[in-house]
Order: sequence, then structure tokens, then C-alpha cells
Amino acid sequence: MSIKEDQQQVTLVSSGEWTLSTVQKIEPVLRRVPLDRRIVWDLSGVDEFDSAGVLLFIEYFEHFQKKTKVEPKGYTQSQKEMYDLLMGHTVASVPPRKSSFVRDIGKSAVEGLKDIKDFVAFLGQLFSAVFHALIHPGTMRLKEMTYHIHHSGFNALLIIGLTSFLVGMVIAYQGAVELAKFGADIYIVDTVGISIVRELGPMITAIVIAGRSGSAYTAEIGAMKITEEISAMRTMGFDPYSFLVLPRVFALIISLPLLIFFSDIMGIFGGMVASDMQLNITFSQFVDRLHEVVEVKHYILGMIKGPVFAFVIAAVGCFRGFQVSDNTESLGLHTTASVVNSIFLVIAFDALFSVIYTELNL
Amino acid sequence: MPDKVVIEAKDIVTRFGERTVHDGVSLTIRENEIYGILGESGAGKSVLMKEMIMLQEPNSGDIVVLGKDLGRITFQEAQQLRQEWGVLFQFGALFSSMTIAENIEVQLKEYTDISQEMRDQLVRSKIGMVGLDAHVGSLYPSELSGGMIKRAALARALAMEPKLLFLDEPTSGLDPVGARNFDALIVELRDMLGITVVMITHDLDSIFNIVDRMAVLADKRVVAEGSLKNVLQSQHPFVEAFFKNDYTKEKYVDKLSKVENV
Repeated sequence: MSIKEDQQQVTLVSSGEWTLSTVQKIEPVLRRVPLDRRIVWDLSGVDEFDSAGVLLFIEYFEHFQKKTKVEPKGYTQSQKEMYDLLMGHTVASVPPRKSSFVRDIGKSAVEGLKDIKDFVAFLGQLFSAVFHALIHPGTMRLKEMTYHIHHSGFNALLIIGLTSFLVGMVIAYQGAVELAKFGADIYIVDTVGISIVRELGPMITAIVIAGRSGSAYTAEIGAMKITEEISAMRTMGFDPYSFLVLPRVFALIISLPLLIFFSDIMGIFGGMVASDMQLNITFSQFVDRLHEVVEVKHYILGMIKGPVFAFVIAAVGCFRGFQVSDNTESLGLHTTASVVNSIFLVIAFDALFSVIYTELNL
Repeated sequence: MPDKVVIEAKDIVTRFGERTVHDGVSLTIRENEIYGILGESGAGKSVLMKEMIMLQEPNSGDIVVLGKDLGRITFQEAQQLRQEWGVLFQFGALFSSMTIAENIEVQLKEYTDISQEMRDQLVRSKIGMVGLDAHVGSLYPSELSGGMIKRAALARALAMEPKLLFLDEPTSGLDPVGARNFDALIVELRDMLGITVVMITHDLDSIFNIVDRMAVLADKRVVAEGSLKNVLQSQHPFVEAFFKNDYTKEKYVDKLSKVENV
């Protein structure tokens, strides 16, 4: 690219490559072209070009035309064809969709409200399916249910055991330091026993299951939605609620309390190990004290939360799955939303339980 | 024509928010015919089919399928109706957690009391009917090619011996030879089993060779309905553009008129 100036005219001599990789370098030169005289644009030296090069030519050709006379010469037939193609087929630029802060707030408020409405509708469908299943127990999908008990329940034993063991240990370690200051070492059993059985066992289990199975439920049902498997089920007269949702809900309601029981044992065991190491409380001392101080009511109060948490996790997981629309991005978004919602709801319900238990002096 | 009416849609109006998809769509599908639903993309062909198979409800208008008014149907009647039709989705929609044989078997297992041996036999006959190899039955949908998935999905749609078959773009995504074989299969099944076939299609070969009657959706309504000859007489811009462009004229329409003149 070179510029030759004389009294009457400016001669632009373009040469070499006019392609996607070179337009960046050519443009600054074009910008310096003086516009006070006639321009002759010699293109005969251009031996390689693509649509980016031609578009650059069009842009500056039009720009020059507005100010002065331009006369292109030496272009080849194929360059002319490309020029015509691009002139004919480039779509008009459309202003990007406007979004404003207020508009966004309004939009998410309406969407949030719609989510709640849809969830209520979902719960209605789910309860009607539950009642139908209770009246006709023969229609329950036992095979699917056992499959989900295996995958969401049994397969979660290891991770729940490990997490609970560690939490039990941490609590005992932390408590030991404080209690030792008062010489109240043995109260570590009360601390670990009651907190694990009543609060932490159910909570850890529910959070692990929400992350593990709630997300899986959303992803499974969402993927089935994308592949139209759910539509296919409907056209065959298979109700997705009794085929997909109920087995998952019942599977969790059955397995979550069992997992909580396991979590209780592992948590207390973790506390026992830590107490033994830190405070020299032997296992038998620990178990004796546990018998004395941890009433069975604490265990029951913790257990009652199990089916409630299970229902929340499974319902939210399935609901978000049904919300997935026909693209993969929405699958990811809804899976995230499912886990976030169910963990939040588990904690909210746990708080509610605490209030109720306190009010009832339990 | 004295033929029995299988599906009748009257004044269907469908809206999504502010966008109107159908504004007074009416059509009639008769027994034992292969009925094509045509139209440009976004004309609401799939939506119309979804309304016929009760996946969606129109905002207003009536659809009567096999004598049942879908707007006033009871739960039991709907369940009964769903066993009388088969649906082939565009991408098959086979249940991915089940093998092909289980996919075909699932409705038989759910709705009938026939023995395991009988079921196996039926499944094998359906697999053979759609031209698949016997070993395909034990494979999962993810292990099949696109064409095989369509065939397997057709086998599943035929499992309950339906009187009515809905096909959503049955030949899209198939190679030309596979597509023609699939067309031939549909005609064969129609002749053999006496079923009525409703299909959404863009495939000119299918339209000119196997479709008996069709409806053309454009401008939110049916702009032409009837046999190919009737539809070709329409002056509507979409029909003009679709059937009377150089390509279609040369390859199909001229051939057709030659055949008719002879």
C-alpha cells in the first residue's frame, strides 16, 4: 500500500495480500489518505484477497466517495464479483437489544414470580401423583425406585461417612480446647453427641445429597427434556410424574433417613477418636457418657428432618429438570439453580425446625 | 369423498405471548391417507402436530382425533387415545436408558398382559418390519446411527399397532438413499397395516411421491389443502416460491405434468 501525491490527484497503489490477517496493517495507511483531491485507486497489485479485504475496500471507497471523487482501476473480475456479492448480501446492522437496569430488575422479578408459580403447580401435580400412587400401590415403579435408592443412597455412603467423620472430629477438637480450660473435659460427649445427632448429621447428609443427587436429578430430567424423551413419554400415555418424579422422591425419602443414621454413627465416631487423642477419654468412657446424656428424643428430632429434607431436594431437583429448555446452556443453569435452591431450602427448613423445637421446648 | 375423517382441526388459534403462530388453522385428515403438513420454518407445523398429540393446547379452536374432541377429553379417554397412535419424533426421542428392544417393548409391558415370549416375538417382528438387523435390539440408542435411530423410533411408534402415525420430518437427516427407503417403508406400512399417516415434511421427493394430500401452512393459516394437483393451483406466494421455482419445476413439477398428460 503506498500513496503518491501530485497537484491534481492522489494515487493509491494497493498490492500484496488483502486478507483477514493483513487488514489490520492496511487500515492505518488508508486513514492517512488526504481527501482534498481526486483519488485514483490502483488495485492491480492485489494478488490475494478475501471478504475482509473487500469489505475494507468498500468501507473506504464509500468514505472517500463522500468527500471527493474516487476512481478504482485495475481490479479483477473475481474482485468485482466478491464486491457485488458482499454489497448484495450484507444484512443491515441492527441496533443491539436494549437493556437497562430497571428493565432487568423488572424482568428478573417477573421471572422469579413465574418460577414460584410454576413450582406450586409442580407441587400440585406431584401431590396428585403421590395420592394416586398411595391409592393404587401397584402402579409404583419399584424397579426405578430401587435403582435410585442404590444410586442416590447406597453409593453416597462413602462420602457421607467420610464427611461426617471429619466434622465430628473437628467439633471434638475445637470443643476440647475450650472445655479443657474449665476442666469440663467429659462434656465433650454432650457437645458432640447432641450436636451431631440433632443438627449436624441431618444437615451434612442433606447438603451432600443435594449436591450429589439433586443435581443428578436435574441433569437427568433436563437431558430427557432436550432429547424430547419426556414428550415421547407423554404421547405414550406415560405420566412423567409417576415415571420420573415419584421414584426419585420416594427413593430419597427412604434412603435419606438411613443415610442420616449412618452419618450420626460416623460423626460420633469421629468425635470419639478426637476425644481419645486430645482429652484421653477412652471409647468406653465416651459411650457410657453418651448413654447417660444423649436422650433418644434428640435422635428422633434429628431423624424427623430426614424425609422433609429428602422431599425438598428431590422436588427441587426434578422441578428444575423440567424447566430446562431446548439448549445445553439452560441445562447447566438449571443444574446450578437446583443445587443452590435445595441447599438453601434445606438450611431454611432446618432453621424452621429449630424454631418449632424450641417453641415446643423439645 | 366417503372416507372416514380421522383428524379434524377447526379454527385453531395459537399464541406464544404476543406472537401469533396460528390464526384460524383448519384441516381435515382422512382415513388411510398419507397427509403432509408443509410450510416454511416457523410456520407452526411442529406446534400444530404437538396440539394434535396433546402435548400442547391451542388457545382456541377444536381438534377432533379419532372421534375424540381433545378440548373436552377425559383423562381415561386421553389415556386410551394415546395407545391408539404412534409418534415418531424428529430426533427419535428413544429412551436413552433402555435398549432398542426395551424401547419397543415398554408400552406392551405397561398396557398389555401378553406373555414375555409373545412380547419378544412382537418386538422382533417390529425390528424386522422397519428393516433393522436382529442384533440392534440389544443395543442402546447412543450406539446407533441417525438413520437407525429413526427406524428404531418408528418400530417403537408401531409397537401398539396404532391406527394413526405421526411423523415429524421422518426423512430429515437421512442420506438420499436412506430417505427413499424410509418413504417406501411408510407406504408399505400404510398399505399393509391400513394406518393413517400424518407427516411434517420439507422433502420434495416425499411430497411428490408418497404424500396423498397435504396442507400448506403460511401466514398463520392453511393457504392450500388437498392433493398435490389442488395445491399446485394455489396462487399463494409461499406455494409459488416452494413449488414453482426453477429447481422444483424442472425436477418435479414438469415430470408430474408429463405423467398426467400420458
